Amino acid sequence: MGIEGIGARVARKEDKRFITGLGRYVDDMTVPGMKHAAFVRSPHAHANIRSINVDAASDMPGVIGVLTGRELQADGIGNLICGWMVHSKDGSPMKMGAWSALATEKVRYVGDAVAIVVADTKGQARDAAEAVEIDYEELPAITDAVKALDENAPQLHPEAEGNLIYDWEIGDSAATDSALADAAHVTRMKIVNNRLIPNAMEPRAALGHYDKAEDHYTCWTTSQNPHVARLVMSAFYNVAPENKLRVIAPDVGGGFGSKIFIYPEEIVCLWASKRTGVPVKWVADRTESFLTDAHGRDHVTEVQMAFGADNRITGLKVDTIANFGAYMSLFSSSVPTYLYATLLSGQYDIPAIHANVRGVYTNTAPVDAYRGAGRPEATYVVERTVETAARELGISPAELRRKNFIREFPHQTPVIMNYDAGDYDASLEAAMREADYDGFAARRAEAEKRGRKRGIGMSCYIEACGIAPSAAVGSLGAGVGLWESAEVRVNAAGTIEVLTGSHSHGQGHETTFSQLVAHRFGVPIEQVSIVHGDTDKVQMGMGTYGSRSGAVGMSAIAKALDKVEAKAKKIAAHLLEADESDIVIENGEAKVAGTDKTVPWFQVALAAYTAHNLPEGMEPGLKEGAFYDPTNFTFPAGCYICEVEVDPETGHTDIVQFVAADDFGNIVNPMIVEGQVHGGLAQGIGQALLEGCHYDPATGQLITASYMDYTMPRAADLPSFRVSTTNTPCPGNPLGIKGCGEAGAIGSPPALINAITDAIGNNDLTMPATPQRVWAAMQ
Amino acid sequence: MYNTTYRRASSIDEAVKLLSDAEDGKFVAGGQTLIPTMKARLAAPSDLIDLRHIADLKGVTVAGDRVKIGAGTTHAEVASNAALAKACPALCHMASHIGDPHVRHMGTLGGSVANNDPAADYPAALLALSATVHTSKREIPADDFFTGLFETALAEDEIVTAVSFSLPEKAGYAKFPNPASRYALTGVFVAKRPDSVRVAVTGAGEEGVFRAGELETALASSFDAAALDGAKVSADKLMSDIHASAEYRANLVVVMAKRAVQAALA
Ligand SMILES: Cc1cc2nc3c(=O)[nH]c(=O)nc-3n(C[C@H](O)[C@H](O)[C@H](O)COP(=O)(O)OP(=O)(O)OC[C@H]3O[C@@H](n4cnc5c(N)ncnc54)[C@H](O)[C@@H]3O)c2cc1C
Repeated sequence: MGIEGIGARVARKEDKRFITGLGRYVDDMTVPGMKHAAFVRSPHAHANIRSINVDAASDMPGVIGVLTGRELQADGIGNLICGWMVHSKDGSPMKMGAWSALATEKVRYVGDAVAIVVADTKGQARDAAEAVEIDYEELPAITDAVKALDENAPQLHPEAEGNLIYDWEIGDSAATDSALADAAHVTRMKIVNNRLIPNAMEPRAALGHYDKAEDHYTCWTTSQNPHVARLVMSAFYNVAPENKLRVIAPDVGGGFGSKIFIYPEEIVCLWASKRTGVPVKWVADRTESFLTDAHGRDHVTEVQMAFGADNRITGLKVDTIANFGAYMSLFSSSVPTYLYATLLSGQYDIPAIHANVRGVYTNTAPVDAYRGAGRPEATYVVERTVETAARELGISPAELRRKNFIREFPHQTPVIMNYDAGDYDASLEAAMREADYDGFAARRAEAEKRGRKRGIGMSCYIEACGIAPSAAVGSLGAGVGLWESAEVRVNAAGTIEVLTGSHSHGQGHETTFSQLVAHRFGVPIEQVSIVHGDTDKVQMGMGTYGSRSGAVGMSAIAKALDKVEAKAKKIAAHLLEADESDIVIENGEAKVAGTDKTVPWFQVALAAYTAHNLPEGMEPGLKEGAFYDPTNFTFPAGCYICEVEVDPETGHTDIVQFVAADDFGNIVNPMIVEGQVHGGLAQGIGQALLEGCHYDPATGQLITASYMDYTMPRAADLPSFRVSTTNTPCPGNPLGIKGCGEAGAIGSPPALINAITDAIGNNDLTMPATPQRVWAAMQ
Repeated sequence: MYNTTYRRASSIDEAVKLLSDAEDGKFVAGGQTLIPTMKARLAAPSDLIDLRHIADLKGVTVAGDRVKIGAGTTHAEVASNAALAKACPALCHMASHIGDPHVRHMGTLGGSVANNDPAADYPAALLALSATVHTSKREIPADDFFTGLFETALAEDEIVTAVSFSLPEKAGYAKFPNPASRYALTGVFVAKRPDSVRVAVTGAGEEGVFRAGELETALASSFDAAALDGAKVSADKLMSDIHASAEYRANLVVVMAKRAVQAALA
């Protein structure tokens, strides 16, 4: 592997600039003549707009322009769309309500953008935004998805009768019903997956610049997928044709899914730049982030799990209501369907599964993918139900899981997914050993003496990453292909640039992708640069989400490296007067295997560019591109064990240990993988213990609109994690990688809640398990 | 934030004068409450009169059984004051748990009591310690000072200059932090004197800090956590919000009171 190759614990190249404050984010960008924008946002959750008067605002100091949705629509800017078509079980297409980047007739959630003010300074823009007079006719609001289905609930969109976006199903309903009817035991639960606010460290931002001379637009924006942003903004929103629109996502400070989507603000800043004739920058403040970043989760589920007399799971029936918020965000439709219900088989051999999912509009911020996207919701349903079933059946949770594990691969589940590889016993054993699971009874007894309630819980998660085979997702309704592209450019003196369609916003691609190259050619990673995040530099890409950059993005790089290697070998063979098949490239040189004949890597590169002495008919240069389209999803899986102590007087939970045993397939950089797991665990524990988004049900106001009320996990809330990995290489991609970015957030919530419910002896506990809820569950 | 004019006072008199000259002025001390409020555009003073450079507002003195703390003393200074740590460690402990290090190094005693946030820590300490609030105009007993949610007996142009109290025999503070803000979800300060016990509760009351009479009675006969076994306080008049119901807070009042007594006896 070499000291910097695949498997090496290399320190992150990018961290120096990040931790010394030298990263360059959208807000660091400036263009001559640049001005500042503020958005006028709805203070109401639901209201008709009777009139908008911008006169006073337009006369305020420093104001360059005040623009509303009427001008936007007059200029032909299209509505925002959801790019994944899902059909209801009756065959009808999902019901998408119109979403104008600036609302014209109706506002549907607190924070809905109504107008933009452009002014010399940010303060002036804000002052003028307050002076825009909007006459609203307030309407009753609904924030709860279950109640939004009531007959008398306020209606959001004329396109979606009863607020219902779709009523979708998957699996075999009749077979599942008969499994339930014939079951020796059925475990039934109502499970709420709490709504979360993403809280990336860097708020969203956009800088739109229209260049009149070239009739060309540039957009700097906080995006996880700048190429998708360009595609969508040109093809659907008519901002500009692709060749006239450059999208740059520079350093981006975290996304967790929330920066996948194209939001109104980047569209409006680009358009406003042309309208006003000045470059327009907008940077969200933290309140705007809380109000308008796409939220995550928010499911209410009824689940029934059927067991035979031998404790084998015979069927699983799931009925889920998913809150979509006020508008269908870019990938929202796929999250509670194909990213959720297809994972309901978990790690278990379940012969019959049926899931019904209703997507519902409410007067809340749009809901879309958030770290894990659908898979945490599925894992939470399955793993809480299995653990509860074990308690009801009186057998150990580990034993019940073992009894039902899938052990033969490939395994076709009843819900589309075909698991390619895994060893669920291995991760279960590893986690139980590390957690000293068998010693728990003694620890509980000791805690009892101290007046503390101790509990242990586990979760055996599976997820689908490496999204995704383009034809497969196309057949399921995706509007895009989910391949990835790469280009490897070897410079004349041997340094290497890798252009990738993946986008790094904290993941460490500049390091791991370089390691891949170092591994292949034995060049130091300093001689490798990773270029990403700019549509003018990288031709096309699908971006980073769904733990796809390793499995898909790096596979594309590997394919391009194959081509470069093949050509380099031909050149080396020619220079060394040897046979191409005898050439190996390692440690920064090409050599004839088994001899001492070598040529340094840089000379191979130089030869390619001087072209003085190339094999007959060979083109000069050493640069190759590749597109990689995966053949299947990848299936990371693992076992998490959490042990807690609850203070019976206050309901406060201390996590006394958290063990994670993950199978991510092959690993490029174990340190980065551990970092990803730690971050994921912090987010999962945040969801389970601390984070809960609350809207006031009567007014639709966001109550948790700041850190005074929205509880982010802090270091002191978390234990020192004990993480390890087992490995069944992924057979589906050239690197054997499965992906690790979301596992922590997917697997941890049920482990933690199972531990608390074990401690307090009550299975009925809703996330986040705040002290008050845990205390109430003990009364 | 709206435009505002910053003015620095070097004496109490100058501060009062600057305020009276201002159209809609406000004193600023650590700024830990006022500045975030201004950033959220919820407050828009025309002038900010900075009290942080007034020497008379600084410092902690322990003389005999009297303690006096200048209003401009930061939470971090209270937390780490050696003389106070000997005389009344409960107060140092309390100050050391306010917010985070940044807040403690900026925020001041005077700002905290003038603001009288219903979840702030100091009001409980002052009420339990039967403290006196010294102002630019008069001396006000803590009993009369905290008048409601974010309400005090202070006049617009009145500056808190110091807080003083006589040392109790024993004192203790126990706080159950709000998981999000780390303010007190419920905090209880107990102070025992030869002839009385005071139990002051913050974070829980609908009208701000209050004394738990029933707990004081129980502890007056026996100053011991066990004296509170089975004690109950009514949930009426306690706050209910997304973090805690009134019933849960009622429970916390008793639990925190016990822990405060244990701390006082430790
Ligand atoms: C993140 C965070 C966490 C916090 N956590 C806690 C906590 O756990 N517990 C807690 O108790 N507090 C907490 N606070 C509040 C903190 O203690 C503040 O410092 C305090 O409430 C206000 O003090 P200040 O000096 O910052 O006052 P400022 O913000 O400067 O002023 C507050 C108000 O008091 C007035 N004022 C200030 N000084 C005087 C004076 N001498 N005389 C008259 N009026 C005056 C001002 O005009 C203003 O109206 C927290 C604050 C933050 C930002």
